[in-house]
Amino acid sequence: MGEITTLHYLVVAAGLFIIGTVGVLTRRNVIIILMSIELILNAVNLNLVAFSRLYGLHGQVFAIFVITDAAAEAAVGLGIIIAFFRNKETVNVDEVDLLKW
Amino acid sequence: MNPVATTFFFYFLAIMAIVSAIAVITRRNPVHAALSLIVTLLSLAGFYLMLYAPFVAAVQIVLYAGGIVVLFLFVIMLINLEQNIREYQFNKQWIVGTIAALALGGLLAFVYRAGRDAFPSVFYSGFRGLEADNTQQIGLALYGQYMLPFEIASLLLLVAIVGAVVMAKKRI
Repeated sequence: MGEITTLHYLVVAAGLFIIGTVGVLTRRNVIIILMSIELILNAVNLNLVAFSRLYGLHGQVFAIFVITDAAAEAAVGLGIIIAFFRNKETVNVDEVDLLKW
Repeated sequence: MNPVATTFFFYFLAIMAIVSAIAVITRRNPVHAALSLIVTLLSLAGFYLMLYAPFVAAVQIVLYAGGIVVLFLFVIMLINLEQNIREYQFNKQWIVGTIAALALGGLLAFVYRAGRDAFPSVFYSGFRGLEADNTQQIGLALYGQYMLPFEIASLLLLVAIVGAVVMAKKRI
């Protein structure tokens, strides 16, 4: 087992990042895609905080900025989903082709 | 000072985070996915506590698990997904997408292996120790060194609020 180094945290964060990427690339439901983006942002946050253990407080401040961005992105994204669902009655991304001509 | 990051807790939280993250992207019902997302976020908050970042852990729980996921759940309840649950959940390019993501994982593994010697500090397992004034230090950094980014973030939140209202309103 041994000591837990920064590399352990980096590996966990990389796993979360990959899972989030798979979710973004493979799912049809746009709400799940937004959740996968949250997973990716959280993986980045884990990296930032893991390095802040070595290099001081700046990583934690950046993690707070990333959380702020995630909140803004979730609000706008879910607003778009509601507006789109009102028009098309679907949340599948492969049926979002209004601008495709 | 003895680190609280015992090996057992690390692996427990890591397995919980990864398994519930996989559940997020594989569940058919979006409500189950959102609940799995809460588990992932809480285990990440546990990681932050193990890394001596109590303020970020609190923000993670309050803002993410308490705010953003509730927003997700609200939208899931607002729109009617009964039709969607019966449909096929993965798109046509899911094989290519998975291969591309795994290639990204291979790239990350390669970089971690190749960069090991250049950054010996990633093998550091010690701690600077718990700073009792962690929150105070973050507040001083936010209002001192990072004041301009902080104000830009507040402006971003204002724009996001206005944008969300404009987007979700029936007629403006």
